[in-house]
Amino acid sequence: MSLLAEVTGSLGSIGFGLAAIGPGIGVGIIFGQGVQAIARQPEAYGVIRQNMILGFALTEALALIGFVAPFVFGA
Amino acid sequence: MSGELLAAAAESCHLSTGGCGFPAPGKEIFFFDEIAKFTIGTTEFAVTKPMILLWMSVIVVVGFFVMAFRKAKVVPGRMQGLAEYGYFFVRDGIARDTIGKEGDRFVPLLFSFFFFIWMNNLWGIIPFAQIPVTSKFAIPVAFAVIVYLAWVPLGVKRQGLVPFFKGMTMPRDVPKVMYVLLIPIEILSNFIVRPFTHSVRLFANMFAGHMLIATFSIAAWYLFPTNLFSEPSAVAVLGLVGSATSTVVTIALTGFEMGIQALQAYVFTLLAAVYLSDSVNAH
Repeated sequence: MSLLAEVTGSLGSIGFGLAAIGPGIGVGIIFGQGVQAIARQPEAYGVIRQNMILGFALTEALALIGFVAPFVFGA
Repeated sequence: MSGELLAAAAESCHLSTGGCGFPAPGKEIFFFDEIAKFTIGTTEFAVTKPMILLWMSVIVVVGFFVMAFRKAKVVPGRMQGLAEYGYFFVRDGIARDTIGKEGDRFVPLLFSFFFFIWMNNLWGIIPFAQIPVTSKFAIPVAFAVIVYLAWVPLGVKRQGLVPFFKGMTMPRDVPKVMYVLLIPIEILSNFIVRPFTHSVRLFANMFAGHMLIATFSIAAWYLFPTNLFSEPSAVAVLGLVGSATSTVVTIALTGFEMGIQALQAYVFTLLAAVYLSDSVNAH
């Protein structure tokens, strides 16, 4: 089979880069909206902060899986 | 420790002395030689550095809170005040906010998780320890299994087998046709992916953080020009600049890690509370 295109080098790094796009956008939205919510309603700071961190943690997991996968499955 | 790294250190290959390639740290920096061995039955156990640190975390956490609360006073002293602040943080900030009025029952579990994980993470920046115990995958997995074995049986016990699994897998107010798609997704996300991400989140953060610090520390050492004065060269001067920058970055990252360590302990405990609240409060 002839190759049309080939990628060489550290595929793990490329994989992590791709895996980080989505969560990057997501985390940005979460903290952006969170800060906006706090600015609008400073008295709800506690609840907003907790939910912000929760959303951040859930989103971030995807990027972290992308980080760990190359170590687990080999570069 | 890594053979490659030690070999590089023994040959003292710095960039300006010809170099032997940047000895980038791999996953081998997380594996330690055994210090001692013991056998229970037919199973052999090796004592390694993370294992000793794990035991020390138990001693430190239990020791601190026993010391703080042994002679508890109505008006708390400095140490008791600090310990009480930690307790209230978990009770009010995590248990009551997330689980509701039944949250107090789960404070012991959440409280132990928070401080034990935090201490285990903190070893990453404590000199001479310098390995977060939670960057060994087995340990977050054990924590996640404990949480999983707590919230699933609890939900079955509280809500009954069928209502619990129905609540977890069949979201309400959804067109009936959509259940074909939703039930497999919900089973996957709530019962299979959930414990996995719960442990991987903690593990990967500590793993990545330790790796970053290791990379920049090695860069600071590798770029350092040992022959700057004996045979000055452009490479040596550039190496000095790079080495100084890497040192500053290492220190900055250590500070950053302190924040991440506390945050990840908090996130793990918060998620444990969220899962428990799924079982306690029916949907």
